Amino acid sequence: MVTRKVVNPPQASAAESMVESPVGASSEPVIDIKGLRAFYGSHLAVKDISLSLRRGRVTAVIGPSGCGKSTLVRCLNRMHEMVPGAYVEGRVFYQGEDMYDPRIDPVELRSRIGMVFQKPNPFPKSIFDNVAFGLKVNGISDHVSDRVERSLRRAALWEEVKDRLKESALQLSGGQQQRLCIARALAVEPEVILMDEPCSALDPMATLAVEELIRELSQEVTIIIVTHNMQQAARVSHETAFLMTDEDRSGYLVEYGPTNEIFTNPRNERTEAYITGRFS
Amino acid sequence: MIPTVTYDRPAQRNRTIRKAKGTAFVALAMLATSLGVVVLAALLITVARDGIGVLSFDFINRFPHYKAAEAGAKSALAGTLWVMAITAFFSIIVGVGASIYLEEFASRNWFTKIVETNINNLAGVPSVVYGLLGLAVFVYGMGLGPTILAGGLTLALLILPIIVVASREGLRSVPPSIREAAMALGATRWQAVRFQVLPAALPTILTGFILALARAIGETAPLIAIGAFTSVLFVPTDPFDAFTVLPVQIYSWISRPLPAFQENAAAGIIVLLAVLLLMNAVAVTLRNIYSRRSRW
Repeated sequence: MVTRKVVNPPQASAAESMVESPVGASSEPVIDIKGLRAFYGSHLAVKDISLSLRRGRVTAVIGPSGCGKSTLVRCLNRMHEMVPGAYVEGRVFYQGEDMYDPRIDPVELRSRIGMVFQKPNPFPKSIFDNVAFGLKVNGISDHVSDRVERSLRRAALWEEVKDRLKESALQLSGGQQQRLCIARALAVEPEVILMDEPCSALDPMATLAVEELIRELSQEVTIIIVTHNMQQAARVSHETAFLMTDEDRSGYLVEYGPTNEIFTNPRNERTEAYITGRFS
Repeated sequence: MIPTVTYDRPAQRNRTIRKAKGTAFVALAMLATSLGVVVLAALLITVARDGIGVLSFDFINRFPHYKAAEAGAKSALAGTLWVMAITAFFSIIVGVGASIYLEEFASRNWFTKIVETNINNLAGVPSVVYGLLGLAVFVYGMGLGPTILAGGLTLALLILPIIVVASREGLRSVPPSIREAAMALGATRWQAVRFQVLPAALPTILTGFILALARAIGETAPLIAIGAFTSVLFVPTDPFDAFTVLPVQIYSWISRPLPAFQENAAAGIIVLLAVLLLMNAVAVTLRNIYSRRSRW
């Protein structure tokens, strides 16, 4: 007889995090970074980072400009290596498997780890086609319109676009475009979504809508969000990783922990200096 | 009392001269524009005056004849359409294929640099050289003989560099973020190119293709070099038939002493221009349809 092991996720206490997450308190790592070094040619952009990103949580990556935040998240779905001359050393385990193992197909990996970019980058096609594209390339041809609707609903965009699905996505406002990009990523049902400063090109209202969405989504998917905005990190994330650059312009991890600890009681004085705005 | 000094307001200074310069430049630009239009109009009017009397449906429905009044451009028109079809088919496949490889897949190394330099230089090679190449490779080397296929392939070779350069320009104008977006969804590089990059680049690619075909349709020398006939008394039915094309036919008429043949040549030019315009119209329509769908 096969018995399924039922894991009761320990409840996240309010003290541990500023955001409540009913399902996401399991400490099981979904992405386990071990000694990651990322290069652009001979330049070491990210230095020896080890980090366990937990399932069902929102992890914020903060730090000054050029500290390798974006590079770090781009290593987590193997987008980093798309830049000519860029490569990675070290290991990144996704659900226990090294994603840089030669047997792993990066194309398949990317359909499980979605990504949302800094600038909204919808395809110059209809709203519907934007969301359906991921289904098409992954060979999913059943219930396409249902899946599109579901993704748009999950991205809190359905009500605004349901009557103009055939219109060009480029007619949407910036905030709507970014939510469309999130819907597009959701359509292929990823387990993790990487967000690279998703609000940096948006106005405050649109930013609020996206943050609200991140909180909603964090109940079902693991989210890793790079942000310049420390208030945003405090508002949306459970854990925060703080990166800085050394004298060789290589980014390294200074501190990683529950968001409210990082913000209220940082262990490292550089973290404290950064979050209190003494340098940026 | 404070002494007052009055200055010219800077904006007032030299205003007349600056205005005159502006007007002069506009006049110069208009002159340049109208020069082109005038020359083209003069050309068209001369051709129309000479050719319109001969031009009729009969003219494009008659074969060449030793009597000017009974000669027509039927076989030349058919030949041009045949050769253009072959040229368009091969040049778009090879040209766009090559540019996709160079722009989207190939890594930057000495090999691609050599290929690039070669392609750019090929655009400047005189067309008769392509004719000789076609003669050596297609007519004799591959044993095709002086056929439509050999002619079409030769012209395809001739316009390949233009198509490659234009297509690469088109692909490069698609922002990298589109490729990233596609690949981050689990698309392969080819899927990203096929479904997103290529459709977005299509308007530019088609424009280059129009220009290239317009060049090919007027080429005479390379086709004479590969041995196109001047009097073809049948309509070609397959790519392995012998052929002539409008420019070759026009060339052969124009080199005859009888004035009546000159009129035939003028009429032939009108037919050639009509085909060219028709082709451009089709391509422009296609381009507009595509660019309306994709713009950011």
